[in-house]
Amino acid sequence: MTSHHHRPESEIALRVKAIESLLVEKGIVDPAALDAIIDNYEHKVGPHIGAQIVAKAWVDPEFKQRLLADGTGAISELGLTGFSSEHMVVVENTPEVHNLIVCTLCSCYPWAILGLPPTWYKSFAYRSRAVIEPRKVLQEFGLEIPEDVEVRIWDSNADLRYLVLPQRPVGTDDWSEDDLAALVTRNAMIGTATVQLPNQPISLVA
Amino acid sequence: MNGPHDLGGMHGLGPVPIEEDEPVFHSEWEAKVFAMSFATFINYFPVDETRHAAERIPPGEYLSSSYYERWLYALELLLAEHKLISPDEIESRIAELAQAES
Repeated sequence: MTSHHHRPESEIALRVKAIESLLVEKGIVDPAALDAIIDNYEHKVGPHIGAQIVAKAWVDPEFKQRLLADGTGAISELGLTGFSSEHMVVVENTPEVHNLIVCTLCSCYPWAILGLPPTWYKSFAYRSRAVIEPRKVLQEFGLEIPEDVEVRIWDSNADLRYLVLPQRPVGTDDWSEDDLAALVTRNAMIGTATVQLPNQPISLVA
Repeated sequence: MNGPHDLGGMHGLGPVPIEEDEPVFHSEWEAKVFAMSFATFINYFPVDETRHAAERIPPGEYLSSSYYERWLYALELLLAEHKLISPDEIESRIAELAQAES
């Protein structure tokens, strides 16, 4: 779904170009810095970072305890707190509780750990509905939470961000941390998905 | 202060717009708005000011603008308020660029 604009794209693009040229001309920003910022968030920072934290928690029970007691401290141990992820709380999914993260007021999100948020997270619909009808919202993601499982919503703010520690899939007891991390998706760390084992379909030659 | 951004629990906002495998930025202008904002709020104004600027977008405009359009609004507002770039300078530059492109 394309976002709704009240100005045409070409007009916005020209406006942005104008502002960029003025910022550069006046020495307010360095064009190389702009490229580096874009490169960082397009290619370097992303959910693979959060996945490492999750995988470590799955294999290391003491780390997991520290993570749940003090997210900031435990994530700092790994050197992974960063811009927009300075203060973190990690909430654990269990058979009894499913956690969901939102920012109703804007789009607060742990950038350093998950990269930039997807459009749906920043959408008015998600921001408004996650706090009043989370189960319906999760159904839109194809996730059905049984009635006897409690759904907890965490509203992020400027000073505090959240990470969901998803449940570890059954049958992965002897997996390496790297292989476990590869299973963990961004949506699972926000709460709109669970971590699944990859499907291994028998391929039928058509 | 409250404002149009206080959306928790608001009705009528429709289905969640889920896009599979979406790119980080949907256009070059989005990437540039992000980068320019990031570069200036590191050095010129604290990030809380950028949120406050976005919260001051008039309600009708807030609710009919896309995410990075709101960032653009906030950026222009802060550049003007901090006397870094004036709205007139922006409009002049747009006119120049439009001329050059035609």
